[in-house]
Amino acid sequence: MRFIPHTEAEIAAMLETVGVARLDDLIAHVPRELRDRARIRLDPGRGEPEVVAELAALAAKSRAANGFASFLGAGFYRHYVPAAVRAITARAEFATSYTPYQPEASQGTTQAIFEFQTLITQLTGLEVANASMYDGASAAAEAVLMARRILPQRSIVALPRNLWPDYRATIQTYLSAQKGLELVEVPFDPAAGTTDLAALEALPGDRLLCTLTGYPNGFGAIEPLARIAGIAHRAGALAISATAEALALGLLKAPGAAGADIAVGEGQSFGIAPQFGGPGVGFMAARTAHVRQMPGRLVGQTHDADGRRAFCLTLATREQHIRRERATSNICTNHSLNALAATVYLSLMGRRGLRELAARNVELAHQAADALAAAGIRPRFSAPFFNEFVVALPDAPSAIAKAEERGVLAGVPLGRDYPELGDGLLISVTEMNAQADFVLLRNALAGSR
Amino acid sequence: MADQKNARVANSAEPARTITGAASSQKTPPKIVPLIFEESSDKRRGSDLPGGDSSERRAREILGDDLCRSDIEGFPELSEPQVMRHFLRLSQLNFGQALHFYPLGSCTMKYNPVVNDELAGLPGFAAIHPLTPAHLAQGALELMVRMERALAEITGMDAVSLHPAAGAQGELAGLLIVRAWERTRGSVRRKVIIPDTAHGTNPASCSLAGFEVVVARSSKRGYLEAQEIRRLLEGNDVAALMVTNPNTMGIFEPEMPEIAAALHDNGALLYMDGANMNALLGVAKPGHSGADIVHLNLHKTFSTPHGGGGPGSGPIAVKRHLEPFLPAPRIVDRAGRWDFDYDRPHSIGRLRAFHANFAMVVRAYAYILALGRDGLEQASLIAILNANYVRKRLEARYPTASHEPTMHECVLTHDLEEKAKVSTLDIAKRLLDFGIHPPTIYFPLIVHGALMVEPTETESRETIDSFVAAMTQIYEEALSNPETVKTAPHTLALSRVDEVTAARRPILRWTPP
Repeated sequence: MRFIPHTEAEIAAMLETVGVARLDDLIAHVPRELRDRARIRLDPGRGEPEVVAELAALAAKSRAANGFASFLGAGFYRHYVPAAVRAITARAEFATSYTPYQPEASQGTTQAIFEFQTLITQLTGLEVANASMYDGASAAAEAVLMARRILPQRSIVALPRNLWPDYRATIQTYLSAQKGLELVEVPFDPAAGTTDLAALEALPGDRLLCTLTGYPNGFGAIEPLARIAGIAHRAGALAISATAEALALGLLKAPGAAGADIAVGEGQSFGIAPQFGGPGVGFMAARTAHVRQMPGRLVGQTHDADGRRAFCLTLATREQHIRRERATSNICTNHSLNALAATVYLSLMGRRGLRELAARNVELAHQAADALAAAGIRPRFSAPFFNEFVVALPDAPSAIAKAEERGVLAGVPLGRDYPELGDGLLISVTEMNAQADFVLLRNALAGSR
Repeated sequence: MADQKNARVANSAEPARTITGAASSQKTPPKIVPLIFEESSDKRRGSDLPGGDSSERRAREILGDDLCRSDIEGFPELSEPQVMRHFLRLSQLNFGQALHFYPLGSCTMKYNPVVNDELAGLPGFAAIHPLTPAHLAQGALELMVRMERALAEITGMDAVSLHPAAGAQGELAGLLIVRAWERTRGSVRRKVIIPDTAHGTNPASCSLAGFEVVVARSSKRGYLEAQEIRRLLEGNDVAALMVTNPNTMGIFEPEMPEIAAALHDNGALLYMDGANMNALLGVAKPGHSGADIVHLNLHKTFSTPHGGGGPGSGPIAVKRHLEPFLPAPRIVDRAGRWDFDYDRPHSIGRLRAFHANFAMVVRAYAYILALGRDGLEQASLIAILNANYVRKRLEARYPTASHEPTMHECVLTHDLEEKAKVSTLDIAKRLLDFGIHPPTIYFPLIVHGALMVEPTETESRETIDSFVAAMTQIYEEALSNPETVKTAPHTLALSRVDEVTAARRPILRWTPP
């Protein structure tokens, strides 16, 4: 076995040192009836060329990777990944290290996390960010639990219907075992596609724990976050924003500046391929006053014995390995290497580059929307959008199937999660789409109008 | 009331007084590598975009200035070569398994085959969007199904979900399944038993799943006794026992069959934390020891890279009676094609967006293919051999905390605290000077000053001999020249890092001078 260095002679010598005759003697204390049945019924091992051939054959069976013009989004987005991101994250010094428990041997990881935390605070307009979460959906669920620790007397979580279905489902699961929390669904304005503010206002303010706002929301629409945060704050509640298309934060008003107390999201857009849904990287930012209620790892600045600047994990008394059942979360391993990818990506894009790329996405999405409108396919909602939007098609599923025959993955149908939007198709446009794709999309969908 | 006070802070722009949250610009200490922000210069570019600022003008016209920010204050601007050099220099400050012996107990820092990273990057895996119609993603779905089946075979369980993002999320999924099972039986048991040797994630996951933790005390010999479990089962309020096997002492729980029977007779479930599965491949299947639920860590046993703290992947495996509760959707065969089944009325739901940490699943599946049935079994046996060899070679100076047989890791102790006022932390820091990452220290909590060593099967005899030599030298040094040990490390870019100051006055981000 090529990953195991031991020769027969070495094994024999080591067994002799240990004082047993055979490898099997090392597990003689494991009950016989378990050992006898433990044989693994899988194929024999294979050489590297055979493994590569097998996996390449499987990869080739996923035809979507080849030749389609894609408009799929809805939580994970198709963006260009610069080669430098892969070159850095492939470094074994980063990829094969563990959580940086020994800071003297982990300054690469800890400093990169400190930079990630800083970038996230700058993007979100908040004061403190953690080292990463699993993804945007679980980060949103953790944000609600964090709000609960800050305001333990309150119970109502205002969960908007226009938040991504996976986020809503994840929040429901995380909260399913918590006592005394009420998830109240907030409808969306059927014309605008954004949160129904009157419905939000009508919630009993004295029991409201937090509002949650997709920013942009699950229809790609840009919510009036400042007004929603105002409603939350007047009730003494907390405002949480959740962003799945993190690139939007390059151009939209920062959640913190709009009044969000906690901003979470999915950073997959920052240098991480779609990978059939994971891993991406979740992020979470908040106000300094609430840092002790935050979940997850935090890296802080300090110094070494000789006064040189250094970075290490800190405020660990919030965490499971110290606080055990009273910890702020059970999270341990997070998505550190993808936080590094995002850090490299954002460093490359830079202050203007990120804004320009975000703007380019807005421009292209609106060009696509205009091209469709010219063919009579109009946006379903009136609210401003970032880089994805919903169109109405009388028979969305068959339109999608027909588009597919023409080499176009036209978007994500909304009918399964929103029966009231059975005609809805969510179309995502990024810098990966060429102008020619818009023509393909228009021609593919126009016939089914 | 804390409630109102916190709310007021939350809603005001007033900064907190106790924590500054930002670096002071008054005095900048000498630095090894500047922060990316300190290397920035206005108007440098690390990316060239078509459109540029003309796009920005048009986007602002479309959205209106009200919705847009005018700047991303503090964001860096660097050229690509500067960014590359910055992060490459940072990489050089890290230890990694590929470069260093890294015997962190219960973390299974084995070699991560590099070909697996290439395979995960194949366009047919990496470029597939998660909402691709299933019939265009058949290869990805087939790989997931094959992986589910392989893990079921390896663990002796009936059904597997690859959904959880990490081990701790697998724990949460497993405990929510316990809850769901309780509910369908019309029962409301509130407690979960957790041994005192458990990882911290176990009790934290219990709280998140709404259970009360009951701690089972390990025997003096370092394992769980059936009589302790039977005692805790009195009152019939225990929903499950959550146990790691081998436990964090590196001991195969000898009374497991009896414990499993006691649990099942009482109507409770057995949850096995698979963090230490690297000892059991082809040696013992958890499903045969009565486990109802097992979670695995693909980033431990199945060789996906740890990445400096993830991403990992935490599949869960269950017995037949719990299959309806697994996270949804499930992958099913529909007329010869793989498809997602969302119609799962008993499912606990989802714990993350989309299906799984798929790219980690690809790597782990490639690993399982490469090793095959014999390689997997050999991996565990050699891992056990290496741990036993470490134990034997170091027993004179660092005796194990228990006399029971060692599986894939061993917990060492020492008398240097009394003899020389040299702590476990000092030993750990001194090991760095030998180019060795320290073992897990001060864990499990029941062993004073513990050093938990997991060598893994991919480390050669020479490497382990050099670890033994280093540990031996440190022991002698601690007696003859304790200051050398107490002030270590001496050969890295940094000397000992002051972690107390970091926590006392947290600086959690860079701010412009």
